[in-house]
Amino acid sequence: MITQKFEYTAPKSLDEALHLLASGAKPLAGGMSLIPMMKLRLAAPEHLVDLRALKDLNYIREAGGQLHIGATASHYEVESSALLRQKCPLLTETAAAIGDVQVRNMGTIGGSVAHADPAADYPAALQALEAKFVLKGAKSERTVSAAEFFVDTFTTALEPGEILREVIVPIDDARTGTSYQKMAQPASGFAIVGVAARVRVNAGKVSFVRIGVTGLSNRAYRATAAEKALEGKTPSPADIQAAAALVAQGVDANSDLHASSDYRRHLAVVHTVRALKTALSRIA
Amino acid sequence: MATTTVKTETFVGKRIRRREDPRLITGTATYVEDIQMPGMHYAVIVRSPHAAARIRSINTKQAEAAPGVVSIFTGKDTKGVGAVPCGVVMPDLRVPQHTILATDRVYFVGHPVAVVVARDRYLARDAADLIEVDYEALPAVADPEKALAKGAPAVHPQWPDNVAFTYHQDGGNVDKAFAEADVVVKQRITSQRLVPMAMETRGVVAEWRGADRQLNLYTSTQIPHLVRTLVAGMLGLEENRMRVIAPEVGGGFGSKLNVYAEEALMGYVSMKIQKPVKWIESRRENFTCTIHGRGHVDYYEVAAKRDGTILGIKLKLIQDVGAYHQLLTPLIPQLSVLMMPGIYNTQNIRADIVGVFTNCVPTDAYRGAGRPEATHGIERMVDLLAAELKMDPAEIRFKNFVTKDNFPYATATGLTYDSGDYAAPLKKALDLVGYVKLRQEQADARKQGKYMGIGISTYGEICAIGPSPATPAGGWESATVKIEPSGKVTIMTGTCPHGQGEETTFAQIAADELGVGLDDILVIRGDTAVVQYGIGTFGSRATAVGGTALYYALQDLKAKVKKFGAMLLESEDVSLVGGQVIDNKSGKSKSFQEIAGAAYRALKLPPNTEPGLMATRFWEPPNFTFPFGAHIVVTDIDGETGQIKIRRYVAVDDCGNILNPLIVDGQVHGGVAQGLGQALWEQAVYDDNGQLITGELMDYAVPRAHLMPWIESHHTCTPSPVNPLGVKGVGEAGTIGCSPAVVNSVVDALSPLGVRHIDMPLTPEKIWKILAAKN
Ligand SMILES: Cc1cc2nc3c(=O)[nH]c(=O)nc-3n(C[C@H](O)[C@H](O)[C@H](O)COP(=O)(O)OP(=O)(O)OC[C@H]3O[C@@H](n4cnc5c(N)ncnc54)[C@H](O)[C@@H]3O)c2cc1C
Repeated sequence: MITQKFEYTAPKSLDEALHLLASGAKPLAGGMSLIPMMKLRLAAPEHLVDLRALKDLNYIREAGGQLHIGATASHYEVESSALLRQKCPLLTETAAAIGDVQVRNMGTIGGSVAHADPAADYPAALQALEAKFVLKGAKSERTVSAAEFFVDTFTTALEPGEILREVIVPIDDARTGTSYQKMAQPASGFAIVGVAARVRVNAGKVSFVRIGVTGLSNRAYRATAAEKALEGKTPSPADIQAAAALVAQGVDANSDLHASSDYRRHLAVVHTVRALKTALSRIA
Repeated sequence: MATTTVKTETFVGKRIRRREDPRLITGTATYVEDIQMPGMHYAVIVRSPHAAARIRSINTKQAEAAPGVVSIFTGKDTKGVGAVPCGVVMPDLRVPQHTILATDRVYFVGHPVAVVVARDRYLARDAADLIEVDYEALPAVADPEKALAKGAPAVHPQWPDNVAFTYHQDGGNVDKAFAEADVVVKQRITSQRLVPMAMETRGVVAEWRGADRQLNLYTSTQIPHLVRTLVAGMLGLEENRMRVIAPEVGGGFGSKLNVYAEEALMGYVSMKIQKPVKWIESRRENFTCTIHGRGHVDYYEVAAKRDGTILGIKLKLIQDVGAYHQLLTPLIPQLSVLMMPGIYNTQNIRADIVGVFTNCVPTDAYRGAGRPEATHGIERMVDLLAAELKMDPAEIRFKNFVTKDNFPYATATGLTYDSGDYAAPLKKALDLVGYVKLRQEQADARKQGKYMGIGISTYGEICAIGPSPATPAGGWESATVKIEPSGKVTIMTGTCPHGQGEETTFAQIAADELGVGLDDILVIRGDTAVVQYGIGTFGSRATAVGGTALYYALQDLKAKVKKFGAMLLESEDVSLVGGQVIDNKSGKSKSFQEIAGAAYRALKLPPNTEPGLMATRFWEPPNFTFPFGAHIVVTDIDGETGQIKIRRYVAVDDCGNILNPLIVDGQVHGGVAQGLGQALWEQAVYDDNGQLITGELMDYAVPRAHLMPWIESHHTCTPSPVNPLGVKGVGEAGTIGCSPAVVNSVVDALSPLGVRHIDMPLTPEKIWKILAAKN
C-alpha cells in the first residue's frame, strides 16, 4: 500500500495555497479519504497542498446571526464544540456519528464535503440545514447552497483550483428540533442510510421541516416531497409515516454488498420516521 | 550481580498481568518490519489480477530500467525452487504443483507472478507497475458447489471434476440408527470463508551470508522450526545452514501456521543478490494471498427418538479448498469430522468430505480450524431437533450429554475424550442468565410482537494437538530450562507464543516449581539457532503440551539442584523450598546462587553428576485434551431494520486447571470476538469471476471494540488427566462456542415466524428479508 511519488507543500498563506492549486495541485485536508485512495493507487496527484497548515482555515464561530465553520475543523472539533452543541446540535450529533475516533480526529468538514462520498454523514445534515458553502479560487470567491453544491457521486460544484473555505449554517430558535439517524456499515462506519431531520412546530402544527438523506443514492439530497407532506400536519404517527414513505420517491437507490436498493429504500423510510420523531421530541 | 529472589509466594492460578504487554502497548516490540540491516533491499511482488488466466508473456524490460531496481525474477527463474509444501498425506489427495511463482498459468487473484527487488520499497513498488504481463483470461469458478457441477470450468485442467480429495468415515451403524429413528432432521449449513486478519500482516527478511553459507530468515510465523526444515528443503539448503527467527508476531490465528511461497522466495532472492531483502505484505495482499479459514457447505442429517435421544448423524461436507493445498488444507475438514458428534452420546456417524478446488486463495487453519464448523453444525442441528420435537433446547442437551461417569469416553469418530462434566457448565450458564425468567420474559415479549431470542451452544473441542501419530509433523513439544551460573533461570520453549501469554504462564510454572520470582525467569522462543527443535503454537497446544515439557524439564533440573544442594550441605535429606535447598534436619540452607555457582565452578561434583544446570525434555502427549463449555446469548431484534442487539453473553468454559485467570479471560474474549465476527459481520466474498469483493477493511467487517457486547466469562474446572498440569487449552474455545449460540438465539427469536435456520453472517438485511417475507 504505497502511493505514487508526489510533492507536498505546507503553504504559508491561503494565497500561496490557491496559487499552487491553480497550477494543478490538489488540496490535502485530513487525508482520511485521499490517502487511502492514493495508497490503493486509485488517485495519483503529483502535488499535495496541506490545508491544515493554514491555521486561519480552522475555526468555529458565530457571526451575523449564523455559524461559520472553517474548512479544516476536524470532525472531533465539530463534535465537541460547545457553541455548536448549543446552537446547531444537528451538526455535533452528525459529526459524532462519523467513523471512529481516529477518523474523527483527522478528518475535516471541508474534506468530507468536498469529497462528496455518497455515504458520508455531513451532507445529510448540511442539506437539512440548507447550509451555504464559501468556495474560493485564486481570483474569486462565491457562495453556493447545499442544493447546488452536491452534484453527483464524488462530484461537487467546486471548480478546479477552488477550495471550500467555509461552511455556513443557520441558528435555529428553540422551537426547532433536530436529529440525525443512521445505520452504519459495519466495516467502514459510513452510512448505509442516514437521515437528518429539522422540524419546527407552531401551534401544534409543523410549520417548517427539512429532511436530508445520505447513503441512498448518488448524492445527498433533500426529500422535498416528504417535507411537503408533513408541513401543516399535527404531526401524528400516521402523518409522520405517510410523509416518510415519500422520502425515497423518484430516487435511484444504490445497491451493493452491504445493502440492496430495496433494503436501502426501506431503511430510508424507517430512519426518516425515527429522525422526525426524535427531532419532534427534542423541541423545547 | 543481581540476586535471585527467594519466594515463598506462588504464582500459578493468579491473575498476573502479562509480562509481554508493556513492550506491545508502548509500541517498542520488534516485528519483522522493524528489522533493519545494512545494504537491505526491498521486494514487491507482482500478482495476478485474474482468477484464472494463461500467461502469454511477461515483459520486464521497462521495470528493469527503472530507478533503483536491482533484479526482477519470474517463474522461469525460480523453477529450481521446490514446491510450496502440503503436509498432509492421504490416499487420493490430488496435489497440484504449487510453484513459488506462477509459470504458465495463474489460479487465483493474487497469485504471485514476479518479484521486483530495488534499493527502496517505493522504487520497487513503482517498478512493479511497469511489468507487463500478457494474460489470456480463462473462465473461473469461485463457489465450491458450482465447481462440482457438470461443465464447470476446471481449476486445474488435469482434474476436470475439481475434486481435490475425498474422505469417508463411518462409525457404528448409521443405517440402522436412521431406520429405527422416529424423526430425522436435515439442514444445509454453511460456514463462510473468513479472512484471519492478523493485525500484523506477514513479512519476511532474508539475509544470506555467502561467506558463512548461512541463511537467516526472519518471518512472522507460528512454526519457526517447521519453516526451517521445509524452506531449507525448498531452497536445497542444508537445514543446519538456515536459521529461522520469528520475532514479535502480531497475531496469527492459524494464518501463520504455514509455509508460504514468499518465505522461500525471499530466501531465493537474498541468495541471488547476495544482500538482505525485506518483503512486507500489504493489507490488500493479506486479504488475497494469505490463507482464508472455513469455507464449508455442510449437509447434515440427524436421527433421533421421539424423546430426543440422538441416534445417529450423517454429514456431507463440501470443503472449499481454493486453488492449492497449503500446509494443512486437507486436514482441516477432517478435524470437523472428528468433532462431529460434539459432546453427545451417539455412536453412529457417517461423514463424507469432498474437497473442491476453486479459483480462490487456499483455505487452511483459522482459529478453531474445523472445530468451529463442526460445533456450528451439531449445535444448530440439536436446536433444529429440539424445535422439531417441541423440546426445550437445554433439556435436549442434558438428555444427550455423555455423562460424567463415562470418562474416558470413546467417540464414534475414534477419539477418546479425557474428562468432562458437560452438564456443569450448562447448569451454571442457565443459572447465571436466569433462564426460566428469561423464557417467561420472552413469552411476554412475543405477545407484544417483539423478537427476543435465547440461544444455547454447548461445545466440546480438541486441544493440546496432539499425539504425534495424529499429526502430520509430530505433535510433541520441547522445553529446555537452564539455571545460569548467577542463579537466573532461562526457559527455551519449542512453542512459539504470539499473543497467548506463555512468557507469563511458563514463568509462573517455573517460578512455583523452583521457588523463585517471576522476574528471575526469561522465556525465549522463536529462534531456531537458540531453541531446541519444537513444533510451535497452534491448536491450543502450547501450554498443555509445551508447558508439560517444561514441567518435566523442571523436575529433572530440580533433582539436580537438590543433588548439588545435598553435596554442599553434606546432607542426604534435603528439600527445595523458596529458591533454596534446605537440610531437613539442621535447617541449614543453600541459595540458588550458591548452588548454581558450585554447579558451574565444578570444584566438586555429586556422585555420577555432570557440571552445569540444564535440562531438556521432549514430551509426547498420550492423548489430546477435550475442553468444553456452554455459551448462552440473549438477543433482541429490531423488527423494522433487522438489526441484532446482543443483550447478554454468558460464557462458561471448562478448560481444566487455570494457570492465569486473566490470560484465560483474554483468550475467551478474543475468541468470542472472532466468533461474533463470523456470526454477524465477516465474509470473504468472491464474485463469479473470482474477484474478492471484500478485499479491504472498508468492506470486510472485522469486529471493533464498539461492536462488542459485555462478555460474562465464567468457568467450571475439570482437570485433564492427560498432563500433570491438569490443563486443557483455551485459545480457540471462545470462537468455537460462540457462533452457534448467536445463530441459535436469532433463530429462536424468529421461530414464531417459522424460521428454522439462517446462514452466517446474520446481516440485518438477511433478517429484514425474513421479517418482510413473513409479516
Ligand atoms: C475508516 C474510515 C471510516 C470512515 N467513516 C466515515 C463515516 O462513518 N462517515 C463519514 O461521513 N465519513 C467517514 N469517513 C471519511 C472521513 O470522514 C473523511 O475524513 C472525509 O471523507 C474526508 O475528509 P478529510 O479531511 O480526511 O479529507 P481528505 O481525505 O484530505 O480529502 C478528501 C478530498 O477532498 C479534497 N479536499 C479536502 N479539503 C478540501 C477543501 N477544503 N476544499 C476543496 N477540496 C478539499 C481533497 O483534495 C480530496 O480530494 C471514514 C474514513 C475512514 C478512513
